[in-house]
Amino acid sequence: MLKIENLHARVEDKAILRGINLEVKPGEVHAIMGPNGSGKSTLSSVIAGKEEYEVTDGNIIFDGEDIDELAAEERAHKGIFLSFQYPVEIPGVSVTNFMKTAINETRKAQGLEEMPAKDMLKLIREKSELLEIDRKFLSRSLNEGFSGGEKKRNEIFQMAMLEPKLAILDETDSGLDIDALRIVANGVNKLKNENNAVVVITHYQRLLDYIVPDFVHVLYDGRIVKSGGKELAHELEEKGYDWIKEEANA
Amino acid sequence: MDLKDKLVSSFLAFENRVDNDAYVHDVRTDAFKIFEEKGFPTKKDEAWKYTSLNSVLKQDYSLFPKQEDALEYRDVKKYFIHDIDSYKIVFIDGKYSSHLSQTTHDGMDVCLMSAALSKPKYQLVIQNYFNKVATTDSLTSLNTAFSSEGAFIHIPKNKIVEKPIQIVHFSTGNEAATMLQPRNLIVVDENSHVQIIERHQSLTENPVLTNSVTEIFANKRAIVDYYKIQNDNHNASLIDNTFINQKRESHASVHTFSFGGKLTRNNLNFFQNGERIDSTLKGVTIIGDKQHVDHNTLVHHIEPNCESHQDYKGIFDDNATGVFNGKVIVEKEAQKTNAFQANNNILISDKATINTKPQLEIFADDVKCSHGCTIGQLDESAMFYMRSRGIPEKEAKGLLMYAFSNNVLSSVKIPEIKQRITKLIANKLGVNIGFEV
Repeated sequence: MLKIENLHARVEDKAILRGINLEVKPGEVHAIMGPNGSGKSTLSSVIAGKEEYEVTDGNIIFDGEDIDELAAEERAHKGIFLSFQYPVEIPGVSVTNFMKTAINETRKAQGLEEMPAKDMLKLIREKSELLEIDRKFLSRSLNEGFSGGEKKRNEIFQMAMLEPKLAILDETDSGLDIDALRIVANGVNKLKNENNAVVVITHYQRLLDYIVPDFVHVLYDGRIVKSGGKELAHELEEKGYDWIKEEANA
Repeated sequence: MDLKDKLVSSFLAFENRVDNDAYVHDVRTDAFKIFEEKGFPTKKDEAWKYTSLNSVLKQDYSLFPKQEDALEYRDVKKYFIHDIDSYKIVFIDGKYSSHLSQTTHDGMDVCLMSAALSKPKYQLVIQNYFNKVATTDSLTSLNTAFSSEGAFIHIPKNKIVEKPIQIVHFSTGNEAATMLQPRNLIVVDENSHVQIIERHQSLTENPVLTNSVTEIFANKRAIVDYYKIQNDNHNASLIDNTFINQKRESHASVHTFSFGGKLTRNNLNFFQNGERIDSTLKGVTIIGDKQHVDHNTLVHHIEPNCESHQDYKGIFDDNATGVFNGKVIVEKEAQKTNAFQANNNILISDKATINTKPQLEIFADDVKCSHGCTIGQLDESAMFYMRSRGIPEKEAKGLLMYAFSNNVLSSVKIPEIKQRITKLIANKLGVNIGFEV
């Protein structure tokens, strides 16, 4: 589904990704861990198509197509979803209206008719129940005055609405208390099937107790320096990142 | 002959032609002298520093356009808020169109200024209110000197006017260039409530200059909501002078939506003559090309325990220029005043300009006054966020700009106006907002 080959990217003059290789197949859950500043968020933004980052070398292949030249919205239309670490406040646009616009623009790009209002309401009801979101919440302005936990839950609600092929969850666990963490993880797990994939980007192992990865990768200094199974996450939790840095710098 | 000379030389003939009440005659004559002395404002005047009238004054305007009452409602329907029942006072090239209007004398007067100025039964109202709140600046004086037609609205006490009143001025381009000077007088007595929508619309590309004066009196506990829709074509310029005199516990609001026109200057003045008054001034400006919109506001807090809320948003593209000059005066007696002012702007193009200037003169010591102005570009992180959810760049921009102006729309009380404005904003921004408001 996603194949990243020798990816180099920079912002302004600073090289941040320095040769990433990663393959994600349908049905898989990958975790990308690493110390602060290792390039985790950059990697997720580059996959989602943030324009400030310049890809200087390598390829991002999604469903067999090089997506490097595609705009962020075109990538979204192909089924890539990024859950933001810091969701942006959009005053004056309600959660519901934002989702209507996002879904209908995606459908338009896919050559489909707009979703009938009745179906839209049903979908909203179904997905808001999945994330245990109060209906009143949906008429509020997007992310405006939301708590950290509400913002993250809302991100996963949007993911549930859009049903992406590939969901990248960037530090979704930060700012969540344990109950909210469980609700969010439960939502992600229920949406998971053999045709889609999840990439969880996290600093801590905590979320991975709930969303269990098939593969864990350690990012350091713009490269994946170690890959393994879910036990690698436990090892990192116990030992921290220093040994990784030492190994990488050796 | 330049425009001032033309106006000066035609004044006597005009005065002789219209019906004259002695009182009105004196008011006009005095006003004429002021204009004759002051002339048109120039950029040397502090209040006109960023707005030059040169390009609009050089046209050879016809001051008294010939009338041609040939408009059919179906052809101009789109300029009305037509999906609600309303009173209508409609003018074509400055002359009243009974055909397009729907006026009333049933328990209140929704009719014509020409009638009010000439008929004895209105004499008392005219003497009490006409030109009583309008100031003596040169453009207002010019309008006063030539005032003969416009809307006259008098709502007696304890009356809630259910239907909004639409005042629409059409210009047909009958003349190569037309100057219009409508004069409106609106008196709302104790405990009464009225909603008014005003629009100026040119139907051809021929240049039009409108110098309009509206006097509004919101008496004790009255509620007046006024909406100005400024979406005229590129050769039409508007100088709107609006004066609102509020008595105690009255609420008055003016929403100004400026999307069109060549040059638009809004001189909006609120005078609070009583306690516990609430004044609201809001505006959305979205312009491009070489359009120019200037909001020049004044809120004069004279007595204690009053509030004013000002919120103006501007979006400027291409070579458009905007001005916001917001003056708030809080007199020494006006303790416990709450005065808020905000002016936020987005410049889409590198060549667009906004000059924004808050001006606070506070002589009382126990007041809450705030002001803030911002000038920025569209938030890049918000753009990426929306695009990552599948919303294309153009729609994302539109949605962000819609969101930006939404604060101002939230206080619009008539849903049909809100919908219409939302549509105008969407059209102006070239996007389909994709949902109903």
